[in-house]
Amino acid sequence: MSDRSSTKGGTELFAVSKEDGTERHTISVLVDNEAGVLARVIGLFSGRGYNIESLTVAETDVSKHLSRITVVTSGTPMIIEQIKNQLRRLVPVHKVTDLTVEGPSLEREMALVKVQGSGEKRVESMRIADIFRAHVVDATIESFVFEMTGSTEKVNAFINLMQPLGLIDVSRTGVVAIARGPEA
Amino acid sequence: MAVEPITGAEIIVKALIDQGVDVIFGYPGGAVLPLYDALFKQNRIKHILVRHEQAAVHAAEGYARSTGKVGVVLVTSGPGATNAVTGLTDALMDSIPIVCLTGQVPTHLIGNDAFQEADTTGITRPCTKHNYLVKSIEELSRKVHEAFHVAKSGRPGPVVIDLPKDVQQAKYEYVNHAGQKHRSYNPPVRPDRAQVEKAVEAMAHAKRPLFYIGGGCVNSGVQACALLVDFIRMTGFPCTQTLMGLGAFPGSDPLSLGMVGMHGMYESNLAMHDCDVMINIGARFDDRVTGKLAAFSPGSKKIHVDIDPSSINKNIRVDIPVVGDVGHVVEEMMRIWKARQVKPDAKALSAWWDQINKWRARDCLRYRASDQVIKPQYALQRLYAAIKDKDFYITTEVGQHQMWAAQFLKFEQPNRWMTSGGLGTMGYGLPAAYGVQVAHPESLVIDVAGEASIMMNIQEMSTVVQYRLPVKIFIMNNKWMGMVRQWQELLHGGRYSESYSDALPDFVKLADAFGATGLRAEKVGDLDGVIAKMLATPGPVIVDVAVDEKENCFPMIPSGAAHNEMLLGPEDQTAKPISEEGMVLV
Repeated sequence: MSDRSSTKGGTELFAVSKEDGTERHTISVLVDNEAGVLARVIGLFSGRGYNIESLTVAETDVSKHLSRITVVTSGTPMIIEQIKNQLRRLVPVHKVTDLTVEGPSLEREMALVKVQGSGEKRVESMRIADIFRAHVVDATIESFVFEMTGSTEKVNAFINLMQPLGLIDVSRTGVVAIARGPEA
Repeated sequence: MAVEPITGAEIIVKALIDQGVDVIFGYPGGAVLPLYDALFKQNRIKHILVRHEQAAVHAAEGYARSTGKVGVVLVTSGPGATNAVTGLTDALMDSIPIVCLTGQVPTHLIGNDAFQEADTTGITRPCTKHNYLVKSIEELSRKVHEAFHVAKSGRPGPVVIDLPKDVQQAKYEYVNHAGQKHRSYNPPVRPDRAQVEKAVEAMAHAKRPLFYIGGGCVNSGVQACALLVDFIRMTGFPCTQTLMGLGAFPGSDPLSLGMVGMHGMYESNLAMHDCDVMINIGARFDDRVTGKLAAFSPGSKKIHVDIDPSSINKNIRVDIPVVGDVGHVVEEMMRIWKARQVKPDAKALSAWWDQINKWRARDCLRYRASDQVIKPQYALQRLYAAIKDKDFYITTEVGQHQMWAAQFLKFEQPNRWMTSGGLGTMGYGLPAAYGVQVAHPESLVIDVAGEASIMMNIQEMSTVVQYRLPVKIFIMNNKWMGMVRQWQELLHGGRYSESYSDALPDFVKLADAFGATGLRAEKVGDLDGVIAKMLATPGPVIVDVAVDEKENCFPMIPSGAAHNEMLLGPEDQTAKPISEEGMVLV
């Protein structure tokens, strides 16, 4: 995994087309929620040397025992095609959707951002949090924990701005994504 | 439905019988005792007791590859399962349908580092097509039946079912779940017609076409292969086969160019390099076939028929992908070909054949004959002459002898040639051979072996003798790990690091010790007599053939080189040194 909390070059890291001919794709994988399914997906990526930039997983349909795995990966177009075909080959995989190419989609991440400081820096962090529509979910006299949601770029930008204001810890969910429009 | 509850072990046996299983290759142990007890109480399924679990999987591979059925393996937990890993990986690489039942410690002990516990599903996840840990008796029957469906459908492969001991002992009603549709796994077999139309269109306009057929044709079945043979003959196009595809098209047919790839025929590789339309059916552009990717068949339009979409555009970008089962695709191709009354460009085709025949005239398998020492190629030529009119099956180990066998033995039918292609597993041949023999008790089964490979599973002689399986083991003994030595000669200045087969046993005495027959050929004059005696001996035989220690396997595309940079013999070897980047490759 790339270093998500790095302050420099965060945005470049997630550009769709990179200089080396690789592309960043968000792939949504609908799977049976059974033991070992996540290990199958992760093992496929590590075993074949594919990148995982972010990965999220949770059950999305309890009655049908279905989970959705959202993987952000990068590779040449040929590798991306391979990744999708390899994923489709796994027995418990129902559907693989490349949200990056199959029509418009939405991507969101949530971050919990802890900032320590006092005086002007503390006020400034509150002001920026307000601009980014982040909420304070924990506060002490010398710290805040902000909860903020947005695109990866927005989360990166928020974290970058918090850096000089006393950023001490970050926890991020990774990307979840869904296609726009009425279709499933 | 009032059904008597039976034990998990009995459910498994019933499910196996419902799946048509008649033989299991296995080895007992603590965690599979209930299953062995259930096997004891029935007489529908025959159990073959192996001497090592790796051999159980290879034997099941031999059985499966020679029959088209699923091979079944039964091993215990821990070391039983880990020993099976090499065989499972071999089956995965060569797409062989296997169901491997492994014992597991009781569910309440899983994760406690119990005696003979291993994380079998964790260990085998990357070396199986799919695996299951059956944690409750309720799901047992469904999972066993599902395992067979997964193993044999789509691109076949090995499936592991891990069976905790308490699940084998619990009681439940058996329901036959065979044929039940899977909720996510439904591999397509019928191709997209538009793609087949495009493929036929490209073939119709080809001036220098080439069929490149692989193991997928064999997996598609005898009828699919027969259809393919008809179609290729209808087109009059040349046809080359991969190591795994030998026999899918008759080796003696004039349209056959023989094997392609690193040790393939000169005419096959040159045709592959120069063709303008390549029709890949059931092959996977393996690195042993393609050589240097950047220089692979630079001017051709490539059609790729494969049941596994992930094989398409993996190594080589193709122009017309066709996803589907070989049998269905070829049927469709034939139908369209006939409907359109395709007439290939006869003039271009005849010029192409002229070119191919010029390459053929180089006689790339030529070697320096000797009356002093038995040349390995000569040994195989004599073997082939003696068996070619018989009903024979060949297995091999891995190395030079394997490549020579692929070059010098011809296969007229599919399922007759069993070899470890993808993984290259030394020790494959002997267990695979008796797996074949179990399925075809009346046929002639020969393991063409090297003296180093045979030592890797030599304990299986005991199995062969126990079940009186008349397997013939034809050891081409050059006292070296020949292929290792050849590469050391080629790439490492002849520094033969650890490649000499020292302290070899006396194979004749060894055969005797196991209760089999041992024969030896040391001189050229011995060879025919020894082969005849081997064939006339009813039980298992080990033949130790002392072959030329220095012979290397040609022709050869050195690693990192292109198809048109083949080495035809020792003379070329010194003339064309291997590139730095080629040295890194295997």
